Amino acid sequence: MSTETSPARTGSYTEVQQSPEFSALRRALRSFVFPMTVAFFSWYALYVVLSAYARDFMATKVVGNINIALVFGLLQFVSTFLIAWWYERYATRRLEPEADRLRDKVENGAAQ
Amino acid sequence: MTTYLAAASTATIRGITLSLFLVFVIVTLAITVWASRQTRDATDFYAGGRSFSGFQNGMAIGGDYMSAASFLGIAGIIALNGYDGFLYSIGFLVAWLVALLLVAELLRNSGKYTMADVLAFRMRQAPVRTAAAVSTVTVSIFYLLAQMVGAGALMALLLGIKPGQTFLGMDANTAKVATIILIGALMITYVTVGGMKGTTYVQIVKAFLLMIGAFVMTVLVLAAFKFNLSSLLGEAAAESGKGTNFLNPGTVYGKEVAGDSLQTFYNKIDLLSLGIALVLGTAGLPHILIRFYTVPNSKAARKSVVWAIGIIGTFYLMTLALGFGAAALVGGEAIKAQNPGGNTAAPQLAQALGERYLGGDIGGATFLAVIAAVAFATILAVVAGLTLASSSSLSHDFYANVVKKGQTSERQEVVVARISAFAIGAVSIVLGIWAKDLNVAFLVALAFAVAASGNLPAILYSLFWRRFNTSGAVWAIYGGLISAVTLVFFSPVVSGAANSMFPKQDWQWFPLSNPGIISIPLGFLCGWLGTVLSREPADEEKYAELEVRALTGAGAH
Repeated sequence: MSTETSPARTGSYTEVQQSPEFSALRRALRSFVFPMTVAFFSWYALYVVLSAYARDFMATKVVGNINIALVFGLLQFVSTFLIAWWYERYATRRLEPEADRLRDKVENGAAQ
Repeated sequence: MTTYLAAASTATIRGITLSLFLVFVIVTLAITVWASRQTRDATDFYAGGRSFSGFQNGMAIGGDYMSAASFLGIAGIIALNGYDGFLYSIGFLVAWLVALLLVAELLRNSGKYTMADVLAFRMRQAPVRTAAAVSTVTVSIFYLLAQMVGAGALMALLLGIKPGQTFLGMDANTAKVATIILIGALMITYVTVGGMKGTTYVQIVKAFLLMIGAFVMTVLVLAAFKFNLSSLLGEAAAESGKGTNFLNPGTVYGKEVAGDSLQTFYNKIDLLSLGIALVLGTAGLPHILIRFYTVPNSKAARKSVVWAIGIIGTFYLMTLALGFGAAALVGGEAIKAQNPGGNTAAPQLAQALGERYLGGDIGGATFLAVIAAVAFATILAVVAGLTLASSSSLSHDFYANVVKKGQTSERQEVVVARISAFAIGAVSIVLGIWAKDLNVAFLVALAFAVAASGNLPAILYSLFWRRFNTSGAVWAIYGGLISAVTLVFFSPVVSGAANSMFPKQDWQWFPLSNPGIISIPLGFLCGWLGTVLSREPADEEKYAELEVRALTGAGAH
């Protein structure tokens, strides 16, 4: 397992970074994680803001003693689990194959 | 309805608690000694040889993260104040998405042993690593102190040592000091002897015990209400003495003060501030970040976070049942009589469930003792992780890369890391004893606020912003750290209120208990300002290397 980087390898890193394949990988990663971060953060912020400023709404009973606040809180769990599962699937299918291909290119390119 | 620690069963409970605790200590010490034989080089010591699977690391992350504050603390808040405890656990859980989506894999691919490996990747080493070490040690010590003081108070409570009584010749005060020293000595041993391997196994065993314990209690609570959530909630609200407000947000956080609209305004902003710090802090906690280095590659790092989300989420759902269960089956008055903060709600619930299902005082005593021992296992695993994170940073960041400028052997580094673990342990024992009677529960929230204000901006800018440079990194870390600590120092949690750390002094002027809403944007702003005001150009080649390595795993350690 080589750990240090030689100038020759740095050159190949820049080459890879500017290749269209790498741009595509970066786009594939960022186009998933950035919007998803905005989405879950807004969803969570909405929950916190409602807990602070919409007490009557949150106290509305849904079934028996179960109110909107509890349902809203449980939905935060559900959304967190779903996003984790979704990202795992996306990363395995869309990101990893391309990342592995590029890694081979960098590492074999360096071993010339 | 349940008399906690009736005289007849006190001796039984103490006997069982101590025996079970002793079994845990012996088993974990044996693991530690075994792990020390497997620890040959720096990668073994700092990163457990990168040999753990995604599931193992997911469990260990759970063991590192689910502190006594979240087990006893959140169950206690829910038991006494109802819904608001749930707000805390939601923030603690959702936070993992930041780690999953933005940090875990990229950090694993581009770093080696510490958070600063990534921060200093394309920067001048000395200033960035010094800042990272300062921040790591500060965050870890805050967190450690809260755990140790909590452990001391807990031991006195769980052993049922009341004022004026003694146990093994110790009064409550001596028992607190003895517990802090014992916990400190054990965490030093785990870390110096077992390194990351030993610490990881301790955390896995603890996570397993905690999940089993919480699961059994949850099933018993639900069974007591015929698996009808609504009737559990109804009974909890009735027994709490707070009525239906018990099931609504607003009993603790963002409290509305009648006739004082300014205070109400501050309280609500404070709730938002806490919420932001909880959700952004996790991905900046050094003891969590170094766990990503214990797996072979970024795929395993990602899987370990997914496992951790499953484990931690399930656990927080169970604390909801435990908290409401304690309110319904033990009752708010009985809990407050034992501990005004509610920290004994979960053990008291265990006692009530034991009496109900195992039969009589002995059943209650046994189940109480089991849960008390699990609580101590919980504390030990967390403090070991914190000690390891700070000693790694002192040795790898400060000693090897600042003092020795990279001119040292890995063998020497590990020696220094072990010495640092001793030093950190000793400092926390001394601070723990000094603070044993002070209200330091706020330190956990402060650790999250510092991590979110200083470390997270530096990490995100490092990974995603091409222009980011040395001065930006240093500004972000110190800016976030100093603003969070300063604001808290002048807040009501430190002075000027009845439940402050120093209730008799008053230098308070900042109205919020949680600084995040100001210090987090300030940390991001500092990182940006430091970058654009500096004439130092960003190192384009190093950024290319960082980006390619982070995204592809090329050249990963």
